[in-house]
Amino acid sequence: MTLTLDQSEPGQTTRTPKAKPRGGALDPFFEALCAASATMLLAALCGVLISRTIGGWPAFHKFGLKFFTVSSWNPVTEVYGAAGPIVGTLITSFLALLISLPVAFGVAVFLVEFCPSFLRRTIGTAVELLAGIPSIVYGMWGLFVLAPWFALHVQLPLLLAAKPGSLLEKLTTGIPNGANILTASIILAIMILPFMAAVLRDLLMTIPSQVRESAYGLGGNTVEVILSVSLPYIKRSAVGAIMLGLGRALGETMAVTFIIGNSHAFPKNLFDSGSTIASTIANEFNEATTEMHTSSLIALGLVLFMITFAVLAIARALLGRPKVA
Amino acid sequence: MRSQMLLIRRKASNLVFVGFCWLATAIALAALFAILFTLVKDGVGGMNLKIFTMDTPAPGSDGGLRNAIVGSIMMCGVAMLIAITIGVLAGTWLAEYAGESRYGKVVRFVNDVLLSAPSILIGLFIYEMLVKPFHGFSGWAGAVALAFLATPVITRTTEDVLKLQPSALREAGVALGSPLASTIRRVLWRAGQTGILTGGLLAFARISGETAPLLFTALNNQFFSANMSKPMANLPSVIFNYALSAYDDWRRLAWAGALVIAVAVLSVNIIARTLARETRPS
Repeated sequence: MTLTLDQSEPGQTTRTPKAKPRGGALDPFFEALCAASATMLLAALCGVLISRTIGGWPAFHKFGLKFFTVSSWNPVTEVYGAAGPIVGTLITSFLALLISLPVAFGVAVFLVEFCPSFLRRTIGTAVELLAGIPSIVYGMWGLFVLAPWFALHVQLPLLLAAKPGSLLEKLTTGIPNGANILTASIILAIMILPFMAAVLRDLLMTIPSQVRESAYGLGGNTVEVILSVSLPYIKRSAVGAIMLGLGRALGETMAVTFIIGNSHAFPKNLFDSGSTIASTIANEFNEATTEMHTSSLIALGLVLFMITFAVLAIARALLGRPKVA
Repeated sequence: MRSQMLLIRRKASNLVFVGFCWLATAIALAALFAILFTLVKDGVGGMNLKIFTMDTPAPGSDGGLRNAIVGSIMMCGVAMLIAITIGVLAGTWLAEYAGESRYGKVVRFVNDVLLSAPSILIGLFIYEMLVKPFHGFSGWAGAVALAFLATPVITRTTEDVLKLQPSALREAGVALGSPLASTIRRVLWRAGQTGILTGGLLAFARISGETAPLLFTALNNQFFSANMSKPMANLPSVIFNYALSAYDDWRRLAWAGALVIAVAVLSVNIIARTLARETRPS
């Protein structure tokens, strides 16, 4: 039996030029309009990069490599070395990831494996909605709730317990006001937690149930199935998701500015106040009066852009295209 | 004997793991609810009608957040107008015209970079483009900065939504002899309008809580002003300044403002979610 796709009589579909619908002339115009809009996105990114480079050039030119290695940030003597903020950014982001990742993983596994089905949707939606809370709210909570609690119940006891000259003292010196690198990292961790948990859960859901069921069928228990079957299955995408979380932490401004203490010195330990690139820019840009100060802040912005760009590029290579919002 | 030990070890490790997962969820929910609890408690404490009817006060006197709320709504509105125009067109180009061309791939990558670019850098960029050359902070600059943040979200959702439309729709357009542009405008956009609207709402939720890009663009304004070419009050900046101040009444206002923003963002998110669920085919 042969399959005939075209059963129409020849000659039935003739069309006179008159029948050409209106709006045909608009076609190329519409395409050009769409292409122009797409090009605007490209222009925007190039604009950000170029303006950063031009604006930051005086600082890069004057301080050279010292911009990255010196940690003195002094508007009076006009010496700007950004080692403090750069290291602060990296430390807080990685610490946040370190705190957040195991918890997010636990939440994701809980939602997929153990959660009673009537709670799954509720908790899942709650976690996703919390990812949308503006970061300034997290910052305020950090400033008014976490910092005082941390100072009173963690920092002071440790300070009092530390013998002069001991290692513990070295690790805990700092003004006991709760505004330090560690609390900033905790706030960041709480902030990226919903996002990471949601992405990890989505990844765990993509595992075909045959794969999991056959692992259970072989006699594996939950921990064995998760760690040796599920996790390897999503490994690559999971790393991508983690990088996206890291990208968020790196660029976060408001939550950190509230609570990191804003000192430009190289942080001595986790209980010392510090600063990140974003918090430095947020605090000083409107007050910068000299050209070199402004230029240094813009140069800092370029550094941040490069870091987040690299992280995103890695995430994209591992994950494919990231999810929106 | 050894198999017995192994069994016990396996059971123990499983128990530890399951316990860890429960604990992690408990910790996560506790932390997030602690934040929500403080927000609601302190926010409702500072909440009254004056929030919506009076302008930001000097410390010690009575006041509300009217100017900031109006400023925020105006800037977000203008930003969304810009973002929807550019975003929908760019998304359409990516979905319908770009295909797998190299330029299309570049634009897709650029869009993803913009999607996750730190918002404070966008603020710095707009400062150099629109504030420095015109010698002054303005509501327009703030709106453009917010538009920069919203556009990539809309571009991305538009592209995704259009790609989901069955090709039968496009073929039907071709069969009727309709030019591609008309098919896109009259058929594909209409078929995907709920999805595009969802993307718009998500973008709106994202920009309405943004603080960092407004610090250097719209600045702030203590008084009521609907003039977008002057510095403009906006909720996030007011919250930032008042939360860091030493006055109790200013801090109360900051919490009330934070609650207003959070409630607005949450409701927009929930609306977007309901829309998305209704249109999902499954």
